[in-house]
Amino acid sequence: MDKVISVSLGEIALKGLNRGYFEGKLIRQIKNMTKNLGAPNIYKGQGKIYIEADEVYFEQIINKLKKVFGIVYISPCIRIEKDFESIEKGAINAFKEVLERENIKTFKVETRRVDKNYPFKSPEISRRIGGTILKNFQDIKVDVHNPEVYLYIDIKDKCYIYTEKIKAYGGLPIGTNGEGLLLLSGGIDSPVAGFMMAKRGVKLNAIHFHSYPFTSERAEEKVKNLATIMTRYCGNILFYSINILDIQKEINAKCPEDEMTILSRRFMMRISEKIAEKKNINALITGENLGQVASQTIQGIHVVNSSVKMPILRPLIGFDKVQIIDIAKEIETYETSILPYEDCCTVFLPKHPVTRPKLGDIEESEKNLDIEFLVNRVIENMEYSVIRGK
Amino acid sequence: MEVYLDNCATTKPREEVIDEINFMLKKSYGNPSSLHRLGFNAEKKVEESREIISGFLNVNNDEIYFTSGGTESNNIAIQGLVNKNKKRGNHIITTEIEHPSVLNIFKYYESKGFDITYLKVDRFGFIDLNELEKSIKDSTILISIMLVNNEIGTIEPVGEIRKILDKKASNAYIHLDGIQALGKIPLELNKWSIDTFSFSGHKIHGPKGIGGLYIRKGTNISPIIYGGNQEREIRSGTENTLGIVGMGKAVEIVKNNFNKENKYVRELKNYMHEKIMTNIPEIKVNSLLDESFSPYILNISFLGVRGEVLLHYLENKGIYVSTGSACSSHGKGKSHVLKAIGLNNNEIEGAIRFSLSHLNTKNDINYVVEELKKSVEDIRQITMR
Repeated sequence: MDKVISVSLGEIALKGLNRGYFEGKLIRQIKNMTKNLGAPNIYKGQGKIYIEADEVYFEQIINKLKKVFGIVYISPCIRIEKDFESIEKGAINAFKEVLERENIKTFKVETRRVDKNYPFKSPEISRRIGGTILKNFQDIKVDVHNPEVYLYIDIKDKCYIYTEKIKAYGGLPIGTNGEGLLLLSGGIDSPVAGFMMAKRGVKLNAIHFHSYPFTSERAEEKVKNLATIMTRYCGNILFYSINILDIQKEINAKCPEDEMTILSRRFMMRISEKIAEKKNINALITGENLGQVASQTIQGIHVVNSSVKMPILRPLIGFDKVQIIDIAKEIETYETSILPYEDCCTVFLPKHPVTRPKLGDIEESEKNLDIEFLVNRVIENMEYSVIRGK
Repeated sequence: MEVYLDNCATTKPREEVIDEINFMLKKSYGNPSSLHRLGFNAEKKVEESREIISGFLNVNNDEIYFTSGGTESNNIAIQGLVNKNKKRGNHIITTEIEHPSVLNIFKYYESKGFDITYLKVDRFGFIDLNELEKSIKDSTILISIMLVNNEIGTIEPVGEIRKILDKKASNAYIHLDGIQALGKIPLELNKWSIDTFSFSGHKIHGPKGIGGLYIRKGTNISPIIYGGNQEREIRSGTENTLGIVGMGKAVEIVKNNFNKENKYVRELKNYMHEKIMTNIPEIKVNSLLDESFSPYILNISFLGVRGEVLLHYLENKGIYVSTGSACSSHGKGKSHVLKAIGLNNNEIEGAIRFSLSHLNTKNDINYVVEELKKSVEDIRQITMR
């Protein structure tokens, strides 16, 4: 009798022929995240992934696993041979642990027999083990409708017994849905947008725009700190840092004041697309949500989209601010986001930005600018670094 | 080229100070309270430093107490005096333009129901002695005033305060926040007849994490930190021997060079002022040039320029300055000092504090003004269209 951690996969199980690929990605990620926690052995076991680790690391490993996308829930299990006597012993042990943890009165046994050659059928095993528990513990009752605890028994090559299902985020393993370039500002929204897409399996890269010396180095450091927090979920992030002050100066000098924001956004998209294409990244990601600020109108989105060909993913488009804040708190980026360092948008913020820009007008204004030259120049001066998890 | 003009925030330690600290770390690491020789030697070094400092301030050895820095010195003085004397009265006086390490203690006492007077200041930061006289009551137990203002450099007329107290037959204590004053202006603690005086090591090219407090003999004060009764029960905790000896060295050097350095820096300030005035239009000078102001501080508003943007422009050229004061540039709020002297928003936002040291040269200033001119023009062109 020993202990392992089991990991249940949600949507991955639906992916048919691709299943092996998805599972392989996930196992590599788990390996990577747990290599400093006793380098556990990891194996597939008929629908689940199992982790054989030293028990002292269980809590730390489970905390890491909670942040791995593609996992639906996590269970510490007792692993035993599948002869009936062993199962009985294992069940008694598991139940003892439950009673040490919490004061419960009712339970139910739920058996899944993957090994169809096993001499007893699932309901019969549940019934027999239920009897074993009742015989061995006092003041305990079976409640099949609303039990306080479930005793799960999975019969496979071996038998696994567990009583906890610790929820994880679900989603799809990182890297199974292409790569995205996240426009990361110092605000609340963009880290949440990155999280949402990473949860759908997108491998993240980040690009940050600043206007030094109109913004401070501390402001950029804050954005890097946000990216560092995101690595807990997303793995290492390639971080591009772009100074767009020259472009803002040029717009400021040559275009109408109320178009400053929308013109800057178009430049940010062009710069991002250019870098993304060079790096084989498939999409841009932003934290925009409809109506939050002046540039985030449907007309504004249309004008911004028209500046590039690459898809711009906006996972927060229909979210309210409170919903975004809730997620930001959950993923622990909120406290950093609200630190008071200005990002580049506020310096050149027009007093009355155009809210329903017309593509024709904007394109007319851009005729005063040498777009390609400006884009290439800031990209030439870009800096990048790898943000690694801690 | 690197020009450091943020000497009110902190200063570069002198070589001799670094050597002294090195010696303490490597050779004289004993605890002054230990009975053995290593401890005794460390104790001797601490007492030597105390003598240097008391000599410089022209006070007695046993009137100098070592602390962890300026903030702690202000806290020990103000809280120690108020806590010990609150039975005599609950009225305490300070000014509107104090450092947060004083202002926030007063806010705390205000929240506890104390009667507080915040003295107003004129457009150069001077308190009105008539207002001070009028505000003194029978219940007044403490007046706390910053000798040299850290943002604009005003030297308050503290020599007059004792006379006013005597005239009103008041027993109130006087605390001077001397953190920007030690080594920067002539000090006459005895003549002024003040009761406590706080100072800090790292503002005079000494190390950080060390400060001191002068407490006049016979002053009725209680400790705010309890422990092993070091520093004659006023500041318990193992002595910071490195800091003490480093600060002692810094004071010794400043003492030997005071007149020379003071005169030199005042000339430099005048030179810089002149250069800026002739090269950059639309500015407002918030500091005075005469003896009523510290020679080390020149505060100027560049209208139509955001101070923080200018600060980053200059840092890119290796020039380090401050907006308002280092402490208030973190917070979003505008400098309370510049508000109190009546500057409008535009003048506050454009304010830069240049704080000099003996290490700066005319050559430095030429370079700074040249870059300043370019940066201000560039920023104005962008933001004032």
